[in-house]
Amino acid sequence: MAKKKIDETTVQLNGKTLTIGSGPVGVYRTTGSIAFDILNYTVIGLAAFTTVLPILYIIFNSFATELELQTRSMFLIPQTWSVDAYRYIFASNKLIRAFGNSVFITFFGTLINLLFTVTMAYPLSKKFLRGRTPILNLIIISMFFSGGMIPGFVVVSSWLKMRGTYWALLLPGAISAYNMMIVKNFFQGIPAELEESAALDGCNDLGILGKIVLPLSLPVLATFGLFYAVGHWNSYFSAMIYLTDDKMYPLQLILRNIIVTAEASASDMSLMDPNFVEPPKQSIKMAVIVVATVPIMCIYPFLQKYFVKGVMVGALKG
Amino acid sequence: MTTKAVNAPGRKVGYWRKLGLDLVKNKWLYIMMIPGLIYFLLFKYLPMWGIIIAFEDYSPFLGPFKSTWKGLYWFQRFFATSKWWDYLQNTLILSFMSIVFTFPAPIILALMLNEIRSVPYKKVTQTLLYMPHFISIVIVVSITYVIFGTDGIIYKLTMQMLGHSIDYLGDPKVFRWMIVGQSIWKETGWGTIIFLAALTNVDTQLYEAAMIDGANRAQRLWHITLPAIRSTIVLMLVLRMGSVLDTGYEHLILMSNALNRSVSQTLDVFVYQNGIVNGQLSYTTAVGVMKSVVSVILVVSSNKIAHALGEEGLY
Repeated sequence: MAKKKIDETTVQLNGKTLTIGSGPVGVYRTTGSIAFDILNYTVIGLAAFTTVLPILYIIFNSFATELELQTRSMFLIPQTWSVDAYRYIFASNKLIRAFGNSVFITFFGTLINLLFTVTMAYPLSKKFLRGRTPILNLIIISMFFSGGMIPGFVVVSSWLKMRGTYWALLLPGAISAYNMMIVKNFFQGIPAELEESAALDGCNDLGILGKIVLPLSLPVLATFGLFYAVGHWNSYFSAMIYLTDDKMYPLQLILRNIIVTAEASASDMSLMDPNFVEPPKQSIKMAVIVVATVPIMCIYPFLQKYFVKGVMVGALKG
Repeated sequence: MTTKAVNAPGRKVGYWRKLGLDLVKNKWLYIMMIPGLIYFLLFKYLPMWGIIIAFEDYSPFLGPFKSTWKGLYWFQRFFATSKWWDYLQNTLILSFMSIVFTFPAPIILALMLNEIRSVPYKKVTQTLLYMPHFISIVIVVSITYVIFGTDGIIYKLTMQMLGHSIDYLGDPKVFRWMIVGQSIWKETGWGTIIFLAALTNVDTQLYEAAMIDGANRAQRLWHITLPAIRSTIVLMLVLRMGSVLDTGYEHLILMSNALNRSVSQTLDVFVYQNGIVNGQLSYTTAVGVMKSVVSVILVVSSNKIAHALGEEGLY
């Protein structure tokens, strides 16, 4: 639907002066309207501020000394800056190794995701392909019904024997049916003439996909690559249930073990437990949180751009 | 169909022969699909078949074929324990709170953002509001532990204000509010996108006409903007109803501890605890199956209600 632009005009109506502006919503200036705007801008501003405040608080306080954290009750900017917490967490190679594991899982996981998604979406974008409809139905059914948590766990860990290997983290989510359908729809929109000319030049389907289709779909692949990558980076659950060797743990799982499990056991009644381990200090917890968040924050500008586009595509097509 | 019939002169080429020709002609397309097809069979359809272990006394050593058949034993056993009602109650209360508090939040925020005309201001606030969506649930919970824990700033602040503090992480009374608060903080900004997209489709002529008729801003919001996103709201609500029994176990598992167990044990958490941690695989699969059945019933009936209200709904 084409949006009609309204020119800035003033209309006299019923003795009132209305200024009709050029925004998507016409501007109608009365005292009530101005008051509403002031309130609205303030509330939105406050909401945005409270959204980032906890993140800012953790980042700044991770550079405070443990003494200041214990003595000063609340502050955002520390008086004395120190990198002790970071020095402490990077002293053992546990966190560095976990960081490396996360990078490994994210990189290869996303690679597998894109490879599987594209090779499934491309043939299904060909309407002449025999067997296309039953396969599409099979995929759609899988979007609405699933075996559930335990059968999935049994299949991956004991029937396919993937427990304790990275395969259990990389393969079970290789294709998101929803993303695959959107990629398929995008492929369908590529003019058939382009592919036909390549076929005349003696390209097989694999060549057409690599030389014509994929270069044309780079923005879409970037969007879904980021979708998948953020999913891998942020996940802890499959690592928690499938990995057995703690040298293989990704960052999110280490973070959970350092903060959540330690804190939970501290608030348990098990204080008499001889194996009780003192939970780590505040500044150290904060530093670990920052290390786990920084990579996401670094790519956030790209994320926002592509993710909003991805959600829009999904919303309009669906 | 026999091969003779296919090759008989004057007859149409048979289905299987056509398929054979197609397979040769488009061999690369079919080869390309193989990994994806194997993926769907192994990781989507094999687990569906795996539901069979809900009717067995499944033992990983015997496998699904040799384990003894138990029929509906596990289903009966679940209802025989008096605990099932607690789990269902915890699930429903948490879901109900999420629908009442978490669901409307992005709608309200989207309507407010829609009224902002300063483009830079809108861009900056949106950028900040979307940010928590990308932060993992482990980090969200970790931040909560650091801020609300006994050394945390909020804990100390409450201490100063009330003279005593609240055990934010252990007290069963505050547990659900913590979950709702975390979800609102994480997803409200991101949730606005779909409603803002629906709002860009509103015909501006409607607003002009309403203004000429003397409608003020509140009236325009009520009579034009809200009806414009009504179908999106209904669609999202129908989808949400389908997951009334899903309580976001990845989130709850992180927040539950010995002190708040009485309220944090939802069906999902029960399945995780007893299935994956304690290895009662058949029993918890049965609980999962019951959950799925109820979910399907809820989606179908809420979709019926949507139709009755004159909306398109989900299908």
